This record gives sequence, C-alpha cells and structure tokens, in this order.
Amino acid sequence: MPMMIGVPRELLAGERRVALTPDTADKLKKLGYTVAIEAGAGDGANFSDEAYSAVGVEIKVDAASLWACADLVLKVNPPTSAESALLKDGATLLSFVWPGLNQELVQTFAGRNVNLLAMDCVPRISRAQSMDALSSMANIGGYRAVIEAAHHFGRFFAGQITAAGKVPPARVLVIGAGVAGLAAIGAAGSLGAEVRAFDTRPEVKEQIASMGAQFLELEYEEEAGSGDGYAKEMSPAFIKAEMDLFLQQAKEVDVIITTAAIPGKPAPKLITAEMVQAMKPGSVIVDLAAATGGNCELTEKDVAVVKHGVTIIGYTDLQSRLPTQSSQLYSTNQVNLLKLLTPGKDGQLNIDFNDEVLRGVTVIKAGELTWPAPPIKVSAAPVAAQAAAVVEEKPAKPWLKPLLLAAGVGAFAWIANAAPSDFLAHFTVFVLACVVGYYVVWNVTHALHTPLMSVTNAISGIIVVGGLVQMGSHSTAILVLSLIAILIATINIVGGFTVTHRMLKMFRKDQ
Amino acid sequence: MSQGLLTAAYIISGVLFILSLAGLSKQESARFGNFYGIAGMAIAVIATIASVNDINWLALLIVAIVIGGAIGVFLARRVGMTEMPELVAMLHSFVGMAAVLVGFASGLQMLGEISHACGSAKALDSVAAALGTTTDLSNQCYVAALGETKHVIHMVEVCLGIFIGAVTFTGSVVAFGKLRGIISSAPLSLPGKHWLNLAMVTASLVLGAIYLGNGAMWPLVIMTLIAFVFGYHLVSAIGGADMPVVVSMLNSYSGWAAAAAGFMLGNDLLIITGALVGSSGAILSYIMCKAMNRSFISVILGGFGTAGGTVVEGEQGEHQEATVDEVAQMLKSARSVIIAPGYGMAVAQAQYPVADITRKLRAKGIKVRFAIHPVAGRLPGHMNVLLAEAKVPYDIVLEMDEINEDFEETDVVLVIGANDTVNPAAKEPGSPIAGMPVLEVWHAQQVIVFKRSMATGYAGVQNPLFFKENTKMLFGDAKAMVDKLLAAVSG
Repeated sequence: MPMMIGVPRELLAGERRVALTPDTADKLKKLGYTVAIEAGAGDGANFSDEAYSAVGVEIKVDAASLWACADLVLKVNPPTSAESALLKDGATLLSFVWPGLNQELVQTFAGRNVNLLAMDCVPRISRAQSMDALSSMANIGGYRAVIEAAHHFGRFFAGQITAAGKVPPARVLVIGAGVAGLAAIGAAGSLGAEVRAFDTRPEVKEQIASMGAQFLELEYEEEAGSGDGYAKEMSPAFIKAEMDLFLQQAKEVDVIITTAAIPGKPAPKLITAEMVQAMKPGSVIVDLAAATGGNCELTEKDVAVVKHGVTIIGYTDLQSRLPTQSSQLYSTNQVNLLKLLTPGKDGQLNIDFNDEVLRGVTVIKAGELTWPAPPIKVSAAPVAAQAAAVVEEKPAKPWLKPLLLAAGVGAFAWIANAAPSDFLAHFTVFVLACVVGYYVVWNVTHALHTPLMSVTNAISGIIVVGGLVQMGSHSTAILVLSLIAILIATINIVGGFTVTHRMLKMFRKDQ
Repeated sequence: MSQGLLTAAYIISGVLFILSLAGLSKQESARFGNFYGIAGMAIAVIATIASVNDINWLALLIVAIVIGGAIGVFLARRVGMTEMPELVAMLHSFVGMAAVLVGFASGLQMLGEISHACGSAKALDSVAAALGTTTDLSNQCYVAALGETKHVIHMVEVCLGIFIGAVTFTGSVVAFGKLRGIISSAPLSLPGKHWLNLAMVTASLVLGAIYLGNGAMWPLVIMTLIAFVFGYHLVSAIGGADMPVVVSMLNSYSGWAAAAAGFMLGNDLLIITGALVGSSGAILSYIMCKAMNRSFISVILGGFGTAGGTVVEGEQGEHQEATVDEVAQMLKSARSVIIAPGYGMAVAQAQYPVADITRKLRAKGIKVRFAIHPVAGRLPGHMNVLLAEAKVPYDIVLEMDEINEDFEETDVVLVIGANDTVNPAAKEPGSPIAGMPVLEVWHAQQVIVFKRSMATGYAGVQNPLFFKENTKMLFGDAKAMVDKLLAAVSG
C-alpha cells in the first residue's frame, strides 16, 4: 500500500508559498506515492486546484480530512501546535523546523510514534545541494532584495548617457557573500549597478569576482571559516576594522544589502545609526537578517521605514513575495530529498541513518529525539596537503649523453673513412631526407594524423622498386622472391592511397 | 631508359612524396597531397620498369601488380573507419615482408655477381685440376671479393634490412591480432623477457657476423627466423590499450626497413621515402608517448605497457546522477557546449547520434565544439576521422592545446566514453598519471559524464572529476543514452 502524501495550506499570515506544484506532484507519483492537497493551498502561488487535479492529485476540502489520511505531510513553515496535534499516528512531517529555535514544538512530537524531518537541517555537502532548500530560498531572497531596493530607489541602477544628460550607475554594497549575497550581486549587476561586496571569509573572493563584483579587502588577518560552510563570530579588533570600512562605504554607496547571519545567534549589528546618517538621502538599505534582529540598528522587522532620509527595508517574507518561484524550488528540493528517502521508488519511506543526509534532516524518529546530528566537516578550505607518493626518479646519468654522442661521431667518422664514396652519397641523401621528414611531419595537423599514417603506408610501398630492379635477374629464385615482394608492396600502395582518399573525402568544412 | 632519366624521375618522385606529406598540413590541401603521392608512385614505378634491361617475366610482373592492386582496393574499400588501426597494422606487415624478400633477393644477387666475377678463377682451377694439381683460386677470389668494403657494406645493409623487415612483419601481425581481438590483448610477460630479447639480438648479431664471413645463405635464414620471433615477442609484451603507440612505432620501423633496402640497392628514392616514413612514424609515436606520459625510449624497447592496473583508491566522495531530460534542458539553454569524446564513443558507435545532436544544437545558434585528446582514438588522429565520417565539420573539432583554455567560458561539457584523458588527478604530483596532459573539462560550468559504471579507466586511477560539484553522471550504454538525448533535444 503506497503512502499518501498530504500538502496542507500554509497557515502563517501572509505566506503565499506551497510545498507542492503540479510539476512536482507528478514526480512524487513516479516515486510511487499517492498525493493529496488541501483545497486552495496553491492559490497564493498561482497554482489552481484544477491544475493539481489535472495531474491526478486528490483535492481535500479541509485541513482536518487531509491530515487524517496523510502518511507524509509536506509543508513549508514549521507546524503550529494545532497542526502538530493533527499529525496521525505513524506519519511523517517534512518542513522547515528550526529545531534550535523551536524546542517546544519539537517536544510536542517527542514520544509520539511520528517522524519529524527538517528541510533546514540538510547538510551542506555536494551531494545534498539539490535538496538544500535554505540555499534555494536564500537565492530568491537575494534577488528579491535587489528588486525591493530598486523599487524604493529613486534612480536608475544602470548608468546611461541620455539626451537629457549623463546618469551614473547606482553603487551597491553587498555584505556577506553567501548564497543570498551572491544572488544579490548577480541581480544588481544584471540591472547595471556597480557592485562591491564584503565577506569575512577571504576564500569567497574568487566567487565574488566571478559574479562581476569588486571584493572589498580588509587590512586585517583572521581565520574566518568554521569548517561547516557558515561564517562565525569575529574578534573585536576585526570588527573595529570592519566598521571603519562600512562607514567609509556608507558615504559612497546608494544601496546596501546585508545578508550576515550566524546560525542560532542574533544577527551581528553591522550598520550603525551613524552609518545610516552618513548615507545620501534617498539611499536604500535592505536587511536580509531582519528575522533574527537585523544587521542594521534601525531595521524594523517586516516593514520598510524611512530614517535619516534612508529607506530601510526589514521584510522577512521576501520568498513569499516571489511565491511561484519559491514554491517551485522548495518543492523540487523536497522531491529530491524524497528520492533519497524512497530508494525502492515504491511509495515507502526509508529513513536510513547510514546516509548522512538523512541522518542530518531527522529531528525525531519514531518519537525519539535524534537532533542534533553528529557534525560533518565539509569546508572547501584547503586541508593539509596530501603526502604525495614518492615517485622514483631515474638515477640521472650525466655522462650518458656525451658518451653516446662521442660514440656516434666516432662511428660516423670510421664509416666515412672506410666506406666508398658511393655509400657516403647515399648516406647524405638519407640524413637530409630525415631532416626534411622531421619538419614536414611536424607541420601536419593533428587531425590528419591517421591519413598521414595511411599515406606514409602507401609510399613506404616504394619498396616495390626494390623488387622491380631485380626483375632483370636470370636467377629463378631472385625472380620469384621479387615477384612476391612486388605483389605485396602493390597491395600496400594501392590500399594505402585508396583508404587515404576515402578518409580525406570525409573531412568537410562547415558550410 | 637512360640512367640519367631514371635519376631525374626519382628526384621528381621524391619531391612529390615530400609535397604529399606537406599537403597534409591543412585539411584544404590534404586531398592534393594524396594525389601528389599517387603521381610520385606512378612515376617511380613506370620509370623503374622502363629502366630494367631485358626484363624477365614481364607478363607475370603485370599480373602480380594487378592482383596486388585489386587486393589493395578491396581492403581499402571494405574497411570500416573504426578498423583503421587494423588495416594500418596489416599494411605495415606487408612492407616488412617485402623488405625481407627484397633483402634475400639482393643477397642472392650479390652472391651471383661474385661467383660470376670469379668465373675466370674457377676456370683456372679446373685447368689446374686437369693438369693434376689442386689450386684454390676460385675460393681465394671468393673470399677476397667478400672482403671488399663495398661488399661488406652491402652485406651489412642486407642484414639490417632483413632484420628490421622481419621484426616489422611479425610485430605488425601481432598488433593486428591484438587490435582485432584474435590475440589476447593482455601483455605477454615471460620470465626474464628483457634477457630473452637481449639474447635474440645477440644471436642475430653473431649470425650476421657469420654471414659477413662466408656469404652463405643459412645464417641469414636463421637470423630471419630469430627476428620473426623477436618481433612477435616485442609486441606481445605490450598491452592492447598501448597499440596506438605500437602501430606508430611499426610505421616508423617499416620506413627504416625501406631505407635499408634503398641502401642495399643503392637506390636514393627508396632511401628518401624510407627516411620520410621513418621520421613520420617516430614523430607520431613521440606525440602519442607525450600524450600518455610515457618515455619514448621505453616504448622503442617494448618494455612498457606492463605498469597498468595500479592501486585503486577508495571512494573519493559522492557522485551526482543526471537524467536525460535534465541534460537536454542544460544543452538547450547553454550558449557554448564542448564535447570531449573518447574511444568508448566509437566502440558504442555513438558518434552518429552525437553528430546529430551537434547539428540540432548548432541550428539553435549554440556554439558546439569537440575537444580531442591525442590518445582519444586507437591511432593518432583516429577520433578526427571517426567524427569526419559522422559528418562533423572539421573546423569545430579542436585539439587539446587549442581548446583547453576555453573550458572556463563553456556552459556544458559532455564527456562521452573518456576517462583518463579528462582526469584532474594528472595535475597532482604522486598520482600514477601525474604529468599526463589532460582536457581540463572541470573548469566548465557543468560537466556531464556518459559512462557505463563507476569503474576506473585503463590507467586504473580513480577519477576525481566524477565527484566534483559541477559534474553529473549519466550512466548507461553511450549509444543508448546519446540516442535518448538526441530525442530529448529534438523534442
């Protein structure tokens, strides 16, 4: 009996995302599941009930009937306590959970025969990239932050030279080059802005440069990677240097987008009221860390405010402001995780703790608290160089080459002295032909090396001449030997030229 | 025909042969190159026949040429492009055999000349015998004649020509067998094989010295037999995957055999042609060696190809799988695509659908190019011929050196049936393939590897490319997967 997947409508105020699209519903069915959705759940993301039922998704009229039959519930936001009570015995819930912040919520599941899987606990390793919903959402957040900034900013982002005068490009500073930061850099660059970016981790410098932004260097040395792919808190001296840089930048730039977050802690305060004052009137700050207190001192959560002439945007629902895109990426992340959870493609969940991804996402398994999972070290920072296997060097013989050369010269001198001039004449021809051959063959293009082989094959059939000149002999033995030599050499000549011609005919230039 | 005219004809042939190779420097002039070669050969053969006084068995000669020509045309028309290495190896064996036969004929000819020259001494001997005394004038004359420098040199040339020819013959036959799969491609490893080789060379030298001493045929015959065994053993000791180098090497040997025949007959045209072919083969094997990161000397000695199958290190991480539809989407939304084919593509006969995909993508305005590693085929330049046969225009087929820097600006790279030639481990010291030049596909945005399984390539080295973040694997038979991809790209 395949499991039933149920997708309820999101209850959070203003939430427009949904954990299923018609497209991903189809993929879930291929994994062997049957799928049901609460009526109207996709409305906010512009997916109608009809679109779902068209791909065979059952529409449940209300949340209660959905939760009652669902063996696996897919959601975006953490469940409310009412929702968690609805989860039926033996069922599994997959959504964002934030177990570190929602201890109480997690406790309501503990002890019940249910599984709780957290999309926010997918480990940051290569294999799990396709399931990393945090990255998907951060990407969207970064993009939307730029769009919000452009909306509130009174000028073009791109520089232009118009009949009415020259417009300079907007200057955008992005703080924190994680997924959101890089997405913001990309979006701002695409709009034509001049983008600069700062991050405490020097290893992201290349990524910033590859997105076309300028990396702001800090004259200060400190190791900033924590080994798990996220940034960590910095020392006071470092923060001082950083603040000086930001104040300087605040005077120059038109838009600041901050994305600095430290997992499980309040966001660091990077933009002070003084810096906001220093900015030009009409400037915009988008604070992507508003949910955890904000990177800017003056940020107000969930609203856009104007202070000291600067618009400060503290929206925490940027993903929800791009609902179709968010739903599609989030849902695809979930499907990819379910592929891993459904190795048999038979509609049966298998939470295999030998798989570090599945171990990581599991917060509660059959009522037992399994969070946090043991850490996995994945940072791309250079690990100690591997001890290279010692390659045995051939013992150098410095005397060998001169010796061989001397022997060659000696032998040549001896032959030249002893041999008749006739031989020397032939030898001269031989040496010159070798030199000519050397230069001619190096000039042959690599692409024609096979035809080169077949054509040299054909002309080495010139040995037929050796047979021919002996046809004047009166000895039967010589004549027979020569005849056979001529016959096989002719195979070579004709075969070689014919196959070369065949090959060369195939080489065609693009018309 | 006078000697002067013959020499002139030979000069013209020689020049035409050089032009023939020079013509191959560019695809545009290559076909003319082939015609130059044909013209040179025709001039040489006709002039030679015309110059031989009182030619015997003219009818038989013509029959031999016609039969040989017919066989040649038959073979050349029938051969498939994937079988080119076999054909080339077979043709090499013919040159080797012809060199052996010409050598024997030339040796016999010299003996005849000497005994003819000593005819008067023989007559004096018989006169002396009739008078009741025994003289040994004919023998003395014979020994004296053998001692003459020009005859010594001639005999050395005969020995060399036959030896090289014989080694080329059996070596090429073994190479042919291994390429065809008639002979096991595993390297034959007899105990003390290097000593065995040395013993055979020494024995050949001793027999050659005996021949120089008495001019008799038997040491020559035994030496030929030993050389046959030597050639057989030399190539048997080399693994099947190294046959590209062996075939180029034998190409070179066949040239030197022809040059040696030229020396023994005092024929400059043979010398020139032999030298051209010899250096061509040597350069090709050098290029192949570079590309496989092997030493040239160890190839010539036949002592290589046994080091394969080194330790396979454990799993290096997790690989990601792709689906055909995903790949089709990537291709369609890409701006620049590079295809890096290996011999696995040709084995699966996937070059035709690959060419179709290329046409489809290019019709959409996507820039598609091919990146060819020098050892991508079973012969130098083999992959180019296979792609040309599938009607891929040659100007989008680029060499490793031409395209390696472009990977960074490439959206998608398709690696089809290649493994060691795209292995980033070659860039790391300590790896068994360290220093081998490779196609740096991993610089591209996305790499798709078509592969049967996660098995290692010929070098037995695990390929870190498969575990890179921007690499996805598409498992299955290359032909089947490419066919599906073609359908997906067309749809």
